[in-house]
Amino acid sequence: MNKRVAIVGIGCSGFRTTSTDLSYREMIFEAATKCYEDAGGIHPQSIDSFVASSEDFMEGISIADEYVPDQLGAVLKPVQSIAGDSLQGIASALMQIQTGQQSIVAASAFSKVSNLSHYEKVAAYATDPAYVRPLKEHPYFIAGLEMNRYLHESCSTREQCARVVIKNKYNALSNPRAVYGSKITTEDVTCAEPVCFPLGQFDISGHLDGAIVILLASEEKAMEMTDRPIWIKGIGWATDTPNLDSRKDGLGSALYAKLAGESAYKMAGIKSPVNEINFAEVDDTFSYKELQHLEALNLCGFGEAGKLLEMGCFEPGGELPVNVSGGSLGIGYLHEANGLQKVMETALQLRGEAGKSQLSGVETGLAFAWRGIPTATGTAVVLSNRL
Amino acid sequence: MRKVAIVGAGLTKFVRRALETPKELSFEATKTALDSCGLSLDDIDCVAHGSAPDAFDGIHQKGEYLADGCGGWNKPTMRVYVGGATGVHAVVHGWHHVASGMFDLCLVVCEEKMSNAMPHAQGFFLTIFDAITERALHPNLLWIFALEMNRYMQRYGYTKEDMALAAVNNKRNGLLHPSSQFKDEITVEDVLNSETMAYPVSRLDVSPVSDGAAAVVLAAEPVARRLTDKPVWIEGVGWTLDTAYWATRDLYYPRYLDKAARMAYEMAGIREPDKQINIAEPYDPFDYKALHHMEGLQLSPRGKTVELLRDGHFARDGNLPMCPSGGLLGVGNPIAAAGTMKICELFWQLRGEAGERQVPGDPRLGVAQAWGDLMQVSSVVVTGI
Repeated sequence: MNKRVAIVGIGCSGFRTTSTDLSYREMIFEAATKCYEDAGGIHPQSIDSFVASSEDFMEGISIADEYVPDQLGAVLKPVQSIAGDSLQGIASALMQIQTGQQSIVAASAFSKVSNLSHYEKVAAYATDPAYVRPLKEHPYFIAGLEMNRYLHESCSTREQCARVVIKNKYNALSNPRAVYGSKITTEDVTCAEPVCFPLGQFDISGHLDGAIVILLASEEKAMEMTDRPIWIKGIGWATDTPNLDSRKDGLGSALYAKLAGESAYKMAGIKSPVNEINFAEVDDTFSYKELQHLEALNLCGFGEAGKLLEMGCFEPGGELPVNVSGGSLGIGYLHEANGLQKVMETALQLRGEAGKSQLSGVETGLAFAWRGIPTATGTAVVLSNRL
Repeated sequence: MRKVAIVGAGLTKFVRRALETPKELSFEATKTALDSCGLSLDDIDCVAHGSAPDAFDGIHQKGEYLADGCGGWNKPTMRVYVGGATGVHAVVHGWHHVASGMFDLCLVVCEEKMSNAMPHAQGFFLTIFDAITERALHPNLLWIFALEMNRYMQRYGYTKEDMALAAVNNKRNGLLHPSSQFKDEITVEDVLNSETMAYPVSRLDVSPVSDGAAAVVLAAEPVARRLTDKPVWIEGVGWTLDTAYWATRDLYYPRYLDKAARMAYEMAGIREPDKQINIAEPYDPFDYKALHHMEGLQLSPRGKTVELLRDGHFARDGNLPMCPSGGLLGVGNPIAAAGTMKICELFWQLRGEAGERQVPGDPRLGVAQAWGDLMQVSSVVVTGI
């Protein structure tokens, strides 16, 4: 990597299933204020550029980019929106710093999904207008098909997927930002009403409102601003075709995660991810996705994730703790803010500020986010508290 | 800072109603751009694409849907979005990809298909306004731009006839553009006599509704020099977003563009833009906007722009040709694609490949700009050879 970049500020607000008392702009204002405070009390005038991540339909506003600057203190500043997961927003912010034109860049994202009365109808608008949308199915049917295919190809089991839910919801009990934490059993998950077979109610992460702002800075600025910088060692993102019938490795694969991981590892100089990554926050929008993504990210062999999970490898005390924060199944699903949530939890662990969830002696963590149904886009980032 | 060049460009025809799907339009522009520099998709490291509101295509997460049409599958693909300024900004976004050192070859693609909207794309602009304070008034874009046009004219004592001169200039230039959706020359009288949309905006003051796509290929210096003898360098980039509370601003001067342009000129080492720049492609969805933006770009003194226009200063053979492509008024306005079309024009003009549209005198430095959101954002790219 040609120029080192660090996370120097983190702020979040909300993390509630509904927030009738606040507009999303107020939520972002709170997150931004906390973030700037966290970065040593920086004034937004000193920030060079801003990147927001959002999608119009989720906000009920066309050209949602219009409403980005005011609550971030970014009026008359370079501001752009990435129509993608907020981890792609982090990638854009990182590239801006690496060009040398900017030194300090803020990335923001939010979810105000409680404003939506029918999320599935919005998600249906993301499916192909000619081939898929006319089927008038709940878009989660794609997740059902994927899960079926993944379980078949990898020889993983339904029960192993249930174990993911149990682990993440249990981990969430130690995280004050998590709202879907609970102690449940395999039967609770497998006997729950199926949504799109074999995907059941508990296999799907619940919606969540929240806003997150993260501040990145070049090495020189980071050293001035904070004594606990978290370095971005590598980042990678990839998109597979949106057509369900023409994905190169089939529906059971997560090729986007494989490609994103490979790029991030290459940039970070990681040759053996399983030995060099201490813990991972990996997308678990649906239970099977955690297993599928762990394999695609080369953190274990294909078809091994389920078995390793049963052996306790991915528990907080295991060899590779996964989603210690509770993940999306335990914390809640923040839509385009999903990526920043993963980065935030990873960075807090590396700072040693994860409270009851804190792991000991961690140096390098991986955050990975997927954009959800029906997309095939993912972003991976390797973070470390060592330069 | 790593040097980045444009090495290829491609454009579809701009039309009122394309039979191609949004993906197919993207494919055509992408293929043309790649062919123009002898590359194949396998050579491309990443795709930076742009498209304005999802509502036009009626597709949520439109970037994902367009990805394969743009060549962005099994590759790093990222969609950027700053409303109407997306077309020029996508090139800034692509510049970030290459100048950061992360990638060597980046494909920038912008697409817009506005004809899907029935009966008219203007309907979608009802949903861009603040849900509480503005939407209840049922404003649309013509309505707020009429306010801005009025304020600009009133500030300097300009007339509707003065504004129409810009429409005539750009539409005449556009007649020579092979992608243009127009065939006829117009006069100032035609503009003045056209139907009033929202006073003082008349129908011919406004660019049309269009479908189209545009693409450029960006390369890092060593790769660019290997690919072509005439790389067009990206010398400066700048972008700025103003407050969403547009009613709190004085609309006569685009201060967001002032800042964006100064940012780009500073990077390019340009001290006297009006003397140093040879070609200007200001964003011209409305005729008054071309003039308004020439002032914001520091290419014309405030309040003197009409005088310079009347003197032929901004004609194709003038000192500083304005919109030699024909701009949005003369070629068409498929929102994001229209901005990238301006970058394509600079690429062809600076390489001396603009054919009949070629600006005389061996131009060396050009600037393109796009504008959008609630009259609040501008992106600026300075290119040179």
